[in-house]
Amino acid sequence: MTTNVLSHETAIYENSFPVEGGTYENAGHVSSQIKALLKRMNISKEVVRRAALVTYESEINICSYARSGKIVLRVTPEHVTIEAIDEGQGIVDIELAMQEGYSTATDRIREMGFGAGMGLCNIKNFSDFFRITSEIGKGTHLKMVIRIDKDFDGI
Amino acid sequence: MTLREIKELLDAEVLVGYDQLDKEIKTAFGADLMSDVLAFAKAGSLLLTGLTNPQVIRTSDVLDIAAIIMVRGKRPSPETLRLAEELLIPVLTTKYILFETAGKLYAKGIVGCMERVDDERAFS
Repeated sequence: MTTNVLSHETAIYENSFPVEGGTYENAGHVSSQIKALLKRMNISKEVVRRAALVTYESEINICSYARSGKIVLRVTPEHVTIEAIDEGQGIVDIELAMQEGYSTATDRIREMGFGAGMGLCNIKNFSDFFRITSEIGKGTHLKMVIRIDKDFDGI
Repeated sequence: MTLREIKELLDAEVLVGYDQLDKEIKTAFGADLMSDVLAFAKAGSLLLTGLTNPQVIRTSDVLDIAAIIMVRGKRPSPETLRLAEELLIPVLTTKYILFETAGKLYAKGIVGCMERVDDERAFS
């Protein structure tokens, strides 16, 4: 029998944050909020930084490509889990989207300093666990887990 | 170097963060691509950039960037400055181009937050 390690853990914090699609007016707002929250939980700087980074890239993706979305944050004593769930066009070819340098970004996104085909790679590189699923015309779901190492992180 | 010394060196104007000029800076990263900043810049570094939109401030907040130097005389929008004030991130503007800005800092002992991208990924 397989066991799901994560489901055994009691969440010490769980919350969902709405993200507006199609506008950059508040882009990054949720990331700043989540960063501040994690900092207050006395989680190590390194973990907070990685969590904020993957949240931020996900948030930029929702603002850039989706109609609407949300970021779900779940903290347990062992892990920080971030899910970015959007309602939007979805990704046609995930393998292609994961390739560094591939992007379907508009000029508007590029003007902001994004859209160079690095977002998903950055998210993958800064997570300990990363999963992406997408349905054309419906939306995309990213799941990122960052491990809290009690010895290393000193909490 | 302190941010105050950097301000003098670059003949820069402080737009946000007069109260943080005693901050000590050892490393820097320069780019106009925020995704590269996210991938490579390290906490406590100075960010040199020609971009001025609010995402520069958000990116710096995510990474704990010590201060932002906007090069080539760029001036951010009031919206960008408001966000920098809210998130307590110093913003300076210099008329020097990116290359000259980096060179002047390097000559005074500020080094890149990494030397080559294959040295290590920016995980700290």
